[in-house]
Amino acid sequence: MSNDPLHPWEDPQATPLIRFENVTKRFGSFVAVDNLTLDIYEKEFFALLGASGCGKTTLMRMLAGFEQPTEGRITLNGEDIAPIPVNKRDINMMFQSYALFPHLTVAENIAFGLKRSDMPASEITGRVDEMLNLVQLSAFAKRKPHQISGGQRQRVALARSLAKNPKVLLLDEPLAALDKKLRQETQFELMDIQEKLGTTFMIVTHDQEEAMTVASRVAVMNAGIIRQIATPDAIYERPNSAYVADFIGEVNLIDGKITSCTETTCTIAWDGGTITAKPRKKLDKGTEVRFAIRPEKVAISSTKPDAVNSVQGKVLDIAYLGNISTYHVETEHGQIIKAQLANAKRLSRRSFTWEDPVWLSWTDTAGIVLTE
Amino acid sequence: MKRFSLFNATSLTLGFAFLYVPILILVVYSFNSSRLVTVWAGFSTKWYGKLFNNEQFLDAALVTLKVGIASSCIATVLGTIAALVMVRGGKFRGRTLFSGMIYAPLVMPEVITGLSLLLLFIALGVDRGVFTIVLAHATFSMCYVSVVVSSRLVSFDESLEEAALDLGCTPFDAFKSVTLPIIAPAVISGWLLAFTLSLDDLVIASFTTGPSATTLPIKIYSAVRLGVSPEINALSTLLIGAVTIGVIVASLATKRAAVHRKRQEELARQED
Repeated sequence: MSNDPLHPWEDPQATPLIRFENVTKRFGSFVAVDNLTLDIYEKEFFALLGASGCGKTTLMRMLAGFEQPTEGRITLNGEDIAPIPVNKRDINMMFQSYALFPHLTVAENIAFGLKRSDMPASEITGRVDEMLNLVQLSAFAKRKPHQISGGQRQRVALARSLAKNPKVLLLDEPLAALDKKLRQETQFELMDIQEKLGTTFMIVTHDQEEAMTVASRVAVMNAGIIRQIATPDAIYERPNSAYVADFIGEVNLIDGKITSCTETTCTIAWDGGTITAKPRKKLDKGTEVRFAIRPEKVAISSTKPDAVNSVQGKVLDIAYLGNISTYHVETEHGQIIKAQLANAKRLSRRSFTWEDPVWLSWTDTAGIVLTE
Repeated sequence: MKRFSLFNATSLTLGFAFLYVPILILVVYSFNSSRLVTVWAGFSTKWYGKLFNNEQFLDAALVTLKVGIASSCIATVLGTIAALVMVRGGKFRGRTLFSGMIYAPLVMPEVITGLSLLLLFIALGVDRGVFTIVLAHATFSMCYVSVVVSSRLVSFDESLEEAALDLGCTPFDAFKSVTLPIIAPAVISGWLLAFTLSLDDLVIASFTTGPSATTLPIKIYSAVRLGVSPEINALSTLLIGAVTIGVIVASLATKRAAVHRKRQEELARQED
């Protein structure tokens, strides 16, 4: 696994393309980025995920060169980029507003950066055509930005920022302005293009679905620090803290205490009884923990199931989402646990309804024991 | 649509009459064949002919044009730079004071501006003439340009300039090839405003002029003091004509551009 080219971050020998070393950025007394260290490897599609104001945009703007770190350094290919001004960096950015030049045509927008590079004038037209083909906009080359649709503008912005073939492409909330259907299509297009070109992409987004879909690794940021960096599935299945578990998707958090624990299995006492789960490491007896379990991993039944963990309650609320329904079940002790069920049957033949007494159950590997 | 009531119709008529009857009288009497301004003696264009043979008026018109073009160009450059610094310069000590000081000449009585400039030119020992009028006009019209340009800059998406830098522009290149073309309409209207202000300024020009330079407003004013001649009417009619045509062309052009743009945006939406 350590030499897997698709997972360079697991190889201790691999050298990262971009490295943030103890980077801090302050605006007056406000700390936007707090002593942050981060490695990004070549050909990665790296997502910075966080709520607005968490410092993710500042981090990206420092990489682009619009901001300078207050402390620490950023290296690209091992070279400190602090002395390199924004217009000389081998990094391009796609702006949230697209920032297309309204007085230039689509083709002129794409050629804008090339004209300011050392590419000979004779090759520029060819390169522009190539980029127009890549984003399937050849028919619109002569149009002005206001003469094309929002989705097309987004693709022009992408083509323009990729035209100079940068080492790194930064994408600032690239799909935020598109409606949901178009956004999902565009996510796959972005992945295709990234795979085709092999450029390192770094995307900044507050949309967790977007980050999970496109990225090879996701960094969850909060208040200037990174809470966890992992692949999308690891972030979802094995969050390292209650914050990350709660931030990504829906989760049930149950507070309890360890009553017994070995390397492979532990028992947690909580208000509603005991839970058997697999800890990541041996925990001391009496340690306060939070047991996190995703709603779709909680089964719901009308009779007592034959399961390692089960608890009785009654249906408080049902959120019908079309393909799935989320049942809010209240246990005898007042804890509300959410369980998700696929709506395989028609709504009228649903097994459970409001106020029904039900059993919730899950296996010993379904949840995760968090100490943070 | 709601019909005009008698009250509305009357007030509208009176309002327009108040605004345009004096101008209309002036235009009509410019075609009077009599030398007396108040007595109608038949249609004639002879005063226009006389006007074009009056070298004094033609010289004055030429001076006005020169002053207008030179001063509005200087005012546009300085005013645009001032607007850029005020909108983009970020926060620096005394920023409020500076922006206040840029706009102060807008409300300063012209007599005071004129007098203070006159005193300055005397103190510096500068010979008064075209040069000093140009300086004076550039000084007071600069703040108008600055107001027009900064109102455009406030709504300017700064990420456009950042995108230009990101794509390899130097800051100057980014300004020249992205910012300037986009704010050009505001810069042009600033220039036109400065030019118009310079054309019709009498007070400041008469303070700062010397014997060698007489602008058209000064010439008209001094001629009228000796009695209104139909020649002045003819000259004024020509000025009114020029201004009217200018305004109509400008508003038609803006409207056409807006309609054109809207249609294309609709087309783009339909293709979506």
